[in-house]
Parts: sequence; structure tokens; C-alpha cells
Amino acid sequence: MKSTVDADRLGVFKTYKLYVGGKFPRSESGRVYEVTDSKGKWLANAPLSSRKDARDAVVAARKAFGAWSGATAYNRGQVLYRVAEMLEGRRDQFVREVADAEGLSKSKAAAVVDAAIDRWVWYAGWTDKIAQVVGGANPVAGPFFNLSTPEPTGVVAVLAPQESSFLGLVSVIAPAIATGNTVVVVASEGAPLPALSLAEVLATSDVPGGVVNILSGRTAEIAAPLASHQDVNAIDLAGADEDLAKELETAAADNLKRVLRPQPVDFTAAPGTGRLTAFLETKTVWHPTGSLGASGSAY
Amino acid sequence: MASVFEYAPAPESRAVVDIAPSYGLFIDGEFAEAADGKVFKTVSPSSEEVLSEVARAGSEDVDRAVKAARRAFEKWSALPGRERAKYLFRIARIIQERSRELAVLETLDNGKPIRETRDADLPLVAAHFFYYAGWADKLEHAGLGPNPRPLGVAGQVIPWNFPLLMLAWKIAPALAAGNTVVLKPAETTPLSALFFADICRQAGLPRGVVNILPGYGDAGAALVEHPGIDKVAFTGSTAVGKAIARQVAGTDKKVTLELGGKGANIVFDDAPLDQAVEGIIGGIFFNQGQVCCAGSRLLVQESIQDELLDSLKRRLSTLRLGDPLDKNTDIGAINSEEQLARITSLVEQGEAEGAERWSPACALPSSGYWFAPTLFTNVTQAHTIARDEIFGPVLSVLTFRTPDEAVAKANNSQYGLSAGIWTEKGSRILAVANRLRAGVVWANTFNKFDPTSPFGGYKESGYGREGGRHGLEAYLAPTSPEGAR
Repeated sequence: MKSTVDADRLGVFKTYKLYVGGKFPRSESGRVYEVTDSKGKWLANAPLSSRKDARDAVVAARKAFGAWSGATAYNRGQVLYRVAEMLEGRRDQFVREVADAEGLSKSKAAAVVDAAIDRWVWYAGWTDKIAQVVGGANPVAGPFFNLSTPEPTGVVAVLAPQESSFLGLVSVIAPAIATGNTVVVVASEGAPLPALSLAEVLATSDVPGGVVNILSGRTAEIAAPLASHQDVNAIDLAGADEDLAKELETAAADNLKRVLRPQPVDFTAAPGTGRLTAFLETKTVWHPTGSLGASGSAY
Repeated sequence: MASVFEYAPAPESRAVVDIAPSYGLFIDGEFAEAADGKVFKTVSPSSEEVLSEVARAGSEDVDRAVKAARRAFEKWSALPGRERAKYLFRIARIIQERSRELAVLETLDNGKPIRETRDADLPLVAAHFFYYAGWADKLEHAGLGPNPRPLGVAGQVIPWNFPLLMLAWKIAPALAAGNTVVLKPAETTPLSALFFADICRQAGLPRGVVNILPGYGDAGAALVEHPGIDKVAFTGSTAVGKAIARQVAGTDKKVTLELGGKGANIVFDDAPLDQAVEGIIGGIFFNQGQVCCAGSRLLVQESIQDELLDSLKRRLSTLRLGDPLDKNTDIGAINSEEQLARITSLVEQGEAEGAERWSPACALPSSGYWFAPTLFTNVTQAHTIARDEIFGPVLSVLTFRTPDEAVAKANNSQYGLSAGIWTEKGSRILAVANRLRAGVVWANTFNKFDPTSPFGGYKESGYGREGGRHGLEAYLAPTSPEGAR
């Protein structure tokens, strides 16, 4: 990145890396691609992820799913809130990166970063409420206790929005992991740096390794193996154009992934619960209520 | 065993139902022949007797039905919810009035025992319409946004195992939410859907709101592909479900799929065995096992395997197979020759792969499609009969030692529709239920259904839920600040 302190001092560039399983590897392919700002000025070389990187990320996400989905909702809420705390502390860095990535003025970029921080706070509060809103007891016509509970779908492949490289990114990651899913995220192809820097925040926010995995590169190249991967349970196509979305949805049918199609979204508006519920399954458990004094087993 | 209880025949009278020699398609409130004049015969699977000749829908008919549904949508969706509710309440009441007739009809066309159609299918059908009727004027309270809107025309394709019940699961929530429908019943069981068309007439339902297209898979595919529909609801095989998911890719069509299963019924060593045995029997032999949520894999704790299998075999020997219209019949006919061939082939494969096959002494009628209740032991997870959905009266028995192993084996499936847990220990029920990847978990019971209770699967058992408040979501476009979702 550019030096901002002293014209005489040579700045220290950051090597941008992937984020997989809580670690920061380079692409196994050894490839990078040039990332520029909106005016075409070189910003960094980002890893150009391969199909193998995508598969490794799925393995990491699957490994993390049991503990993350089994964590208490309160715990997940605190972890998400911690992300907001860490981001707040690095606000200036992200304002700079978002301004570069999206060609925004400092004040507009600041508004984007503030909204992204607030989004983490919004979803942090949802973790222990969504089950009460979308689940509940069902009054069946018989002597049974019957309860429907939402559960996370599993490993979700997320194609982050191409334009909104940071607020859009946070708006698609946070709801998926709030409910206990783990994700493999494909960063905005043209503006991947805010996503790769977000990984540094996640790594220091008590988010267990593997819960969020972030890949940069060509969206179509990385998304294809994710859409057809038999151990991916769902896919968010936010960052796919019409043709790619159709191709990926077709591939996703092979193991009946849950598909969230691309749709126009104003990420600056208050989100609804749609992205929370898109990657939830409803489990309904029945048990006889029995009767007091009955002979034999009363359960 | 057969000599212990001898039963005189106790058949339900067929006189209560009047089946016409032929039926048309039900489009825009009228019965009509197929555009190309094609027909097919529907037979009684227990006797192979031809029950009626039914018009066979083709793509031209699909187009006509979708257009009729589209025309009807404008007025139907604009009706005040309380008026739509009253139509659905009327339908529920007429179904109750005609339930004996419909039960006999369903048993004739499907082959399942009258005890099941009378005591399970029909009461649930009426209840389903009654339940969703009440939602029609309360949609804004369903937690789906302040002003949820119907989607438009729903194309619905249903299977043959619970013909009228699957129709109710599809049509009731669709109409309550303000959609209109084109429904294709299965080719082996078209009659109850056509009788339902008559119930729509009696209820005074506006023309075009419900259209019924008897036909084969080609008509179903034409319906799913039709650009004039906004929603696809399908219940059936996972293979067809995947084909549908591919077909709708890149469109705006909303989809719900309720597909196959390979339900694990887990019995722990402290389970009340007699009750577990009843649950296992109901879990796999209800409707001859032709149930997507059947408990077709029995996972029994190793220490009680012998005791449980003894009880299970003893109980199996008392099941009565035969005339589905007989009120004492437990096991009816397999729905079709094709399904019988599939069951037979999978069972032969089970034997060939080394599993041990057992059936009680059981005389099969000479005509019709029949398969004796069957149990396999020495089954491993690698066996085809432990992995593939058989959709027949065939139970595969596997064992486990620890709860962890039970959960791992139960979840080792491409499917995730149902599961059962049998144990006296409450904390174990909850711990195991938590870890099962299945949409419906029955603890110390099995195969219970209710219109208020969401039903549907994880993984390749499909997506979306039918029943309850959740079932409405499949037929509404929620309004939220974020947009469509």
C-alpha cells in the first residue's frame, strides 16, 4: 500500500494472502493477479486461487462446522460482536482500503465502514433471537409435544458482491455464520483487498479457524468447483452475473444445494431476516406427552 | 401364527363410491378431453381391475391450464382473505362429509388398506384444508413481512403414495396465500384428484383457481418448464427433484422439493421394547413402506438386538396382508407393477450382497401387486439396501454400540428427511435429536403428521417445508426492507 506518513520513508507493502482454516496461505497454485484502484493504479498482487484452494477451503469449513454450529447462540453473538470491536479499532485502515478499492472519497468510505461495523453488531444480536422468531411449538391435534427449531444448513459457499467490496461482503458473511453455518467466501474479483484484510480482523476476533474462509481470484473459476462440490450444502450467488448464476445453480442441483439467487440489494438499507433464514433448515421433533398414572411406560 | 387369530372377511362396501367409466382433465372449471385425445387406464393394484379411463394431459393442455390459472389469479388474489378462507373451509367440510367415499376410492386406486385411508389420509386431508383456511385472512401476521403477496400460478406435481393428502399439502396453502394452481396427480392414482375437482365445483370455487391434469412425467415436465408459472412444488423422487432444480435454474420460479429418504429408527437398550416394536412396524410397514419418511433403517443397540428381533419377527407374523378394503388388513398392495419390480430388484440385490433376508409365512393373492413384509439382517452401511430408498415394505437392520456411533450411522446418508429415537432417557433423546441431520425427528413415536407441524428434509431430501406457518412461506413473496427476500 502507499506510504502515508513521510514522503522520505519507503512504505512497507503487505503481502495479501488467502484465509483458510484460520491460517494465511498463499494460493497453492503460486499464482497472483494485479489489483488496481479505480484509476488503474497498482495496489497489490492478490492470490489467484485455484480449484484446489477452493476444495481445501471446503475441508476447513466442514471441519469447523461441528463446533461452530454446536456453540451456544450467546457465544456466537459475542464472537460477532468482537468482530465489530476489532473492526472499530482498525477503522482508519479499512476506510483507506475501501476508498482505494471502490474509488470513494474518504467520507463516503468512512460511512461504508461504519455501516459494516454496525452490521456486525446487528447480526451479533440476532444469533440468540432467530430461533424464537422462526421456530416454536406447534399445536398438533394429539398428545404430543412438537417443536420446530431452525438449524444451520452446513457449509455455505458465498460469492461476495462484486461492487460493494466491504459492506456487501460483511452483509453476506455475517448472516450466514450468525446462525452457525461455516462459509467459503469468494471475494469481489476486482476489489478483493478489503476482504483479505477482513480476514486479519476475523483471525483476531475469536472466530474459530475455518468458520470463515476467504479466497480471492476469478469468481467463475473458484465458484465452479464450489457449486458442484458434494460437501457444500448451500450457495449464495450474490456476486454472480446472470449467466454465471444460471450455470452455478444448475451445477448446485446435483446435490440439491440451497441456492440464494442474485437479487438487487441496497446494502446501505437495514437488512431483513432473509439472509439469516436462507441458510437454515427447520427440524421438527415430536414426543408423546403421555398421561399421568398410565400403566406401562410413561416415558 | 396365522392359526391363533382367524378373522372373517370384513370388507368395506364399494357401493359408497361411484366411479365413472371415464374422466377428463379439469381445466378452467370444466372437464375436457386432452387436446390430442390421449387417455390412459387406471387400475386397482390389488386386483389389476381397470377402474376408469382418464384423459392424459399433454403440453397443449398444460398451456391451456396455466393460462386458465393465470386468468383466475387476478380475481382470486384480490379477494379479501376472509372470502378465500371461507372457500377453503367449505372444501374442508365437504371432504369430511364425503370422507368415507373418498377413503374407499383412494384404497381402490392406490391399494393401501382402508384402515389407513379412513383413519389417517382422509382426516389429515380435511384437517389440512381447515388449518390453511384459517391462515388466508391472517397472512400479515405470519412473520413474513407486513404485506406478503402471493407468487402467482403454482405448478404442482404429486406422487402416488398419499394421492389426496399430497394434493391437500399442495393446494391448501397455495390457495390460502392467494395463488392459483395447476396440479398433476401421479399416473397410477389420478382418481381422488378428479373427485377433488368435483368438490371444488360443490364448494363453488371460482373457475380456473384449481386445475387438475392427470398425466405422466412428460406432463409434469411440461408444467415445470412452462414460462407462465411462478412456483414449482414437487413431491417425489430425488432424481426428478434434481432434474427440476436444474430446469428452474436461472428463472425466477420459486421451488419447494419434498423428495426421498432413508430414515434411521434408532433403538437404545433402555427403550420400552413393546412400544418400540409397534413404532418400528408402523415406521416401515405403514402404506407398505411406500413413504418418503419411512423408518427403513433400523439401528438397534447391539446388546438388545436378539431380543428386539425376536419380538419384531413375532409381531410381523401377526400382520395381515390382503384385500385393502378389508377393515382387518394391515398390509395392502404395492401401488404398481413398476414399483413392485423396483422393490423386488433391490431386495434381490440385498440378498446378492450378502444380507440375510427374512419374511413371515405370508400367502400373497394371485392377482395384483404384492410384496411380503421383509426384514434384512447382517446389513452393513455399504449395502445398497442400507443406502438406497426402496420405497417398499423392506426393513434393513443395522447395529451400534454407542450413541455417537448411532448418530454417525444415522447421518451417513445422502438423505435427511426423518429419524426415530427410542429411549427412556430424556437427555439422550434431546442430545441425539440435536445431532441428527433430519427434518422430522420422532422420539418414542413414529410417522406422526399434523397440518400445524412443518414437514420436509435436509440434504438431498429436498428443501422447503410443508405444513404449519413454515408451509405458507413456500407460497408467499415476503416483503422486507431488503427487497424480495
